[in-house]
Amino acid sequence: MADVNRGNRPLSPHLSIYRPQLTSMTSILTRITGNAMLITALLVVWWFLAASSGQGYFDIVNGVLTSWFGDLVMFFSVLGLWYHTLAGVRHLIWDNAVMMDIPTAEKLGWACIGGSVLLTLITVSVV
Amino acid sequence: MAFLTDRKRAMGLGSAKSGTAHHWSMTLSSVALLVLLPLFVFTFGAALGGTYEEIVAYYARPFPAIVAALTILVTFKHFNDGVQTLLEDYVHGLAQKVSIVVMTCISYGAAAVGIFAIARLAL
Repeated sequence: MADVNRGNRPLSPHLSIYRPQLTSMTSILTRITGNAMLITALLVVWWFLAASSGQGYFDIVNGVLTSWFGDLVMFFSVLGLWYHTLAGVRHLIWDNAVMMDIPTAEKLGWACIGGSVLLTLITVSVV
Repeated sequence: MAFLTDRKRAMGLGSAKSGTAHHWSMTLSSVALLVLLPLFVFTFGAALGGTYEEIVAYYARPFPAIVAALTILVTFKHFNDGVQTLLEDYVHGLAQKVSIVVMTCISYGAAAVGIFAIARLAL
């Protein structure tokens, strides 16, 4: 039963033979946004640490977060956050084994994209 | 074999042995974040850009401080569960174990730093 040829067998093609589809793109985007937001979370923690440490440290970190580059990072973080949130709601819906047919799944995909842009515009205009 | 049910024959097979608990943990934290994150975005967003004195006064209030502490705690738990799945999918062997350990340390470490900072700021 020794598997001497392990790892050296031909594989059937999988990802590479599919054209990009809305369902697969919105799926991988959920993972990308979720994990990329580690940077945002660490920046927020750094900001709180600085604020609790005193005026001098706060001014440095607050300066980074409210600079044009900080604004840019925060803008894309908010966009990623709302996208990941809506995509998460989509998973909570799918967990009940409903709305999983392709036309509905694609509509939900567009809802995640459109909804995240809309929520980002609302967030940017409110805060 | 005839005495075994279909379920009994399937039990213990497959690559995942404890996926249900992980998935349920992910579900719980995602529902919690669905409530916490809008509250955090609009309280933190309102505070960000203020002076040092304004920030200290703002986070001395219980509501923004509790929302921020809970959000940081649940976010890093949710991140840790999520990044574990990412690493299990794309990284294998020793590198997988090491990266999961490192990300778990970062998750709990950052959560502890965040909660400590908010407590010091609020009290």
